[in-house]
Amino acid sequence: MPSDSVLRLVWIYPDLLSTYGDQGNVLVLEQRARRRGIPVETLHVRSADPVPESGDIYLIGGGEDRPQILAAQRLRRDGGLHRAIGRGAAMLAVCAGYQIMGSVFGGEEGQPVEGIGLLDIASGRGTGRAVGELVAETDPALGVPTLTGFENHMGVTRLGPGVRPLSRTVVGTGNGDGTEGCYAGKVIGTYLHGPALARTPGLADLLLTWATGTQLGPIDDVWFERLRQERLAATLPRT
Amino acid sequence: MSQLPLRAQLASALGRTAATLSRATGRGDGSVIGGRVGLALEPDLLRQLAQNRRLALVSATNGKTTTTRLITSALQELGDVATNAFGANMPAGHVSALSSSKDAPYGVLEVDEKYLPEVIDTTGAAVVVLMNLSRDQMDRAAEIWLLAQKWRRALAGRNTHVIANADDPLVTWGASTAASVTWVSAGQPWKEDSWCCPECGGPLDRKGLEYVPPGGHVSGVVGQASPDENDWACRECSFRRPQPSWILDGEAVVDPRGRRWPLDIQLPGRANRANAVIALATAEAFGLPVERALPRLREVRSVAGRYTTVEREGRNARLLLAKNPAGWLEAFDVLDPALPVILSVNAQGPDGRDTSWLWDVDYRVLRGRPVYVTGERKLDLALRLEVADVPFQLTDSFVQALAAQPPGKVDVIANYTAFQQIRTEFGRAV
Ligand SMILES: [Zn+2]
Repeated sequence: MPSDSVLRLVWIYPDLLSTYGDQGNVLVLEQRARRRGIPVETLHVRSADPVPESGDIYLIGGGEDRPQILAAQRLRRDGGLHRAIGRGAAMLAVCAGYQIMGSVFGGEEGQPVEGIGLLDIASGRGTGRAVGELVAETDPALGVPTLTGFENHMGVTRLGPGVRPLSRTVVGTGNGDGTEGCYAGKVIGTYLHGPALARTPGLADLLLTWATGTQLGPIDDVWFERLRQERLAATLPRT
Repeated sequence: MSQLPLRAQLASALGRTAATLSRATGRGDGSVIGGRVGLALEPDLLRQLAQNRRLALVSATNGKTTTTRLITSALQELGDVATNAFGANMPAGHVSALSSSKDAPYGVLEVDEKYLPEVIDTTGAAVVVLMNLSRDQMDRAAEIWLLAQKWRRALAGRNTHVIANADDPLVTWGASTAASVTWVSAGQPWKEDSWCCPECGGPLDRKGLEYVPPGGHVSGVVGQASPDENDWACRECSFRRPQPSWILDGEAVVDPRGRRWPLDIQLPGRANRANAVIALATAEAFGLPVERALPRLREVRSVAGRYTTVEREGRNARLLLAKNPAGWLEAFDVLDPALPVILSVNAQGPDGRDTSWLWDVDYRVLRGRPVYVTGERKLDLALRLEVADVPFQLTDSFVQALAAQPPGKVDVIANYTAFQQIRTEFGRAV
């Protein structure tokens, strides 16, 4: 992103995938960019409309089984998101949105449904629902503090060699193998609602750093930090 | 109801005793425990208690307790009405309600959305009232499209008469397998769960409305929508809004004969005018005309603590309950813009343990008035307001928030357990 231009956020299909406060991820990115003097423009792309390729950060959220399948079909047919990621845009994909980034995910009856192949992951339906607070230690290479959030899904996600785990779970289920989420290039996937960027603003700053190509200055984090400390204290086992 | 078989009579009587004990020991209003004892003794009790009376079942995400109360008040014009006034809306609560009014020829039961198919099946109710479906307590609630699909299956092949809100596409879809439906235009301010066709998944077009993203909700429409603005149709299949025969038009209702009646009810806000129109349509299905039903609706001032005012040391706090994003949108419509507001949020089991939904609510409408934040999850709400650029004061408790007010009026919005805690603080006298 050139330093004089506007940061373009693209929220994909809020009419299909926006059930668990996913809007919060958009709002947190907007706020943290603006407070650093970066002008922001947010585009909401409805599922009947084409996904533009010119965005800087793409967001896609969680949702029910049927809209998840519809979203995967439309993204594959549209191709705009693939072109955007191909030219180096950043992305945060949450829950149902995370699963469809892979090669396959579980449909309404657990049947395999074809994903859109932007991340080297494969998801299926697990045996029980993972519902509750999650805490995970982020990959040290990312420089992001402990991940906190709320998960609510039945998915099990296997990571292929083309991605790295975003974090290792301390409390909660995540991908189902002791890891939670993944990343590759500038694309992050996670099961976390909360929303994820409100509960772990370091992840928002990582996306902003990727998108702007610059180091970001500190901002007043007092309310983010108070909530994080309260949630971590309420969730982590007492030692 | 005196024809109940002996075993059912005994079960029903024991249930009432348990309810009395529960009340006497201060454990609750008794309606659930009484019903559980009865159901355990006689699983078929609900079916037997439902026989030989005309029942209306009321279900929705929001407004079911209030609408149940409004319909009950109207039908009391015709005779005794059995009802679960305390919001115990699962089968145990229904057993309790029906057995405590054994001879009432009418029944109006609030029914949890998930239990509706089972309760339709068990009671064979003559009338089913369906108002709205939206996201709610998602860490434990069923997906709403699946709920609507179960409603469709439960209604298909029966001669149940349905009263349904035609302005809610998912409710319309859920109701449209019924043999006969009275369609009501009751409005739908919260549209974030119905931009897609429930039948085919295609985009829904709304007359005069471009797609409005969550957070940029159509606040201008609340309370002032003209009936046409509620129209919707699928762009890709033939599913579209049915022609309503009852219409909420601002402060008035237009009945099926085109007569316009000022509602003039005491319960505040657009949502309650919508509830009142639904109640009038339901009353007519029971043979009660508007001119006899409407005066009854006007007598209702508060429902299970909602909209009542509690007083302490010269501060008069009006209590509003909002359990989910659609409910908060309707509560904002009731707020007095000149008053400070106290917001209280918990995340106990009945509230849903996930607070993510706070981010689906557009709080910007609160800018420019004093806002006080409390409740067990006040820090979640504080951050949400901070990101929305809404200045606020954090307080340790509702009592502290109230004491921080100048003497006079203040509005309060609380979610479920936060609301009950406030009622308990004031002795549940409200
Ligand atoms: Zn359609």
